[in-house]
Amino acid sequence: MARMEWRDQGTLLSVRKHGETSVIIEVFTAEHGRHAGVVRGGVSRKIAPILQPGSQLDLVWRARLEEHIGAFTVEPVKSRAAAIMGDRNALAGLNAITALLSFALPEREAHPRLYTRSIAMLDLLAETPAWPVGYLQWELALLEELGYGLDLTACAVTGGAEDLAYVSPKSGRAVSAEGAGEWVDRLLPLPEELLGVVTQDLAGIPDGLRTTGYFLTHGLAHALGDRPLPEARARLVDRLSRRQAS
Amino acid sequence: MSEAPRDIENLIELMAKLPGLGPRSARRAVLHLIRKRGLLLAPLADAMHAVAVSARECITCGNVGTTEVCDICTSEKRATGELCVVEDVADLWAMERAGVFKGRYHVLGGTLSALDAIGPDELRIPKLVSRVGDENITEVILALNATVNGQTTAHYIAEELEGRCDVTSLAQGVPIGGELDYLDDGTITAALRARKRV
Repeated sequence: MARMEWRDQGTLLSVRKHGETSVIIEVFTAEHGRHAGVVRGGVSRKIAPILQPGSQLDLVWRARLEEHIGAFTVEPVKSRAAAIMGDRNALAGLNAITALLSFALPEREAHPRLYTRSIAMLDLLAETPAWPVGYLQWELALLEELGYGLDLTACAVTGGAEDLAYVSPKSGRAVSAEGAGEWVDRLLPLPEELLGVVTQDLAGIPDGLRTTGYFLTHGLAHALGDRPLPEARARLVDRLSRRQAS
Repeated sequence: MSEAPRDIENLIELMAKLPGLGPRSARRAVLHLIRKRGLLLAPLADAMHAVAVSARECITCGNVGTTEVCDICTSEKRATGELCVVEDVADLWAMERAGVFKGRYHVLGGTLSALDAIGPDELRIPKLVSRVGDENITEVILALNATVNGQTTAHYIAEELEGRCDVTSLAQGVPIGGELDYLDDGTITAALRARKRV
């Protein structure tokens, strides 16, 4: 019988202890999606520092049968956590990204576009303080990839692309200030940051997170059996909202 | 068929559950204990019984001891105003082995973990905050692991204690006896960022 084996690069999402010396890791790879496997000796002094959420790894997965959990051998490619460990907001961002990917992605299903976006987003955490704008775009990409995409290109009421200020919670489409009319109280905010604009003070980030959070909760999480969104996202939202308030 | 009488098999099964032991090594250990019955087995049984009766968690810091409040917490000499926060008791013992820290400890009992749904309320963080006020703590030293979960917890605690006392953390970098060639790039990054004038 042919032995199952593949090689790919991926980013580490989570680590769990397995017995005394091994760990079970969950990675997000380009060609094999979210995939779990055992790393023998994963608690050793040599390997444990490599196995931090957000680390980029070169992976070889082997198993006797495809449905087996299998075992990984790992080589470090890039450690992202070390660069941001001193930055509490960026660290909260890393936790939210890895937790949401682990929460939302089906196992062993390739999502190459989302993989590319996620890698770029994780790198962005250490590159610019404006990363929350990128994070909002990443949450939109996550929703899009899993079938809950928003259409923020034109107003659902007037068809115009100007003055877009709201998002309809029902259709996920943008609504302009003019088109909102008497429904304005029932619409979700559409700050510039949600459209990818890097503003001076990033003041619209909390509103943007409120809007994406609505669709993550009522769309994605609802479809997954109304599971609560990961606590790590709530902590990020709380942190960024407090930063804007202060 | 069992190779040993039921009581001995039972002991082997229990020993095999200990860290570092499996069924074969547990069997060897039990056989060794039986051969050294007077010298090892009986004293070990007595010691285990005594610990089973008296071991408890310190209600103040979470350390393991034999009294309600551990020796470190009751010692006036350790009331230096410094409080070292560690993840678990093994970390506290590691700090004590070094013999450098002369203050008191606070054992969290874990770290914040998104994966395991461990939030601040599952840890001893509220107790830490109250201790800082009650014991006139001037500095809290966060001796948490240099992992994503450890540092996420450190940032959370630092925010909770903001304005109440100084909050510091252990340095990160090249270990004593470490060779750069064998270090992971994360450690080298941390070490370079924390470089100091010589």
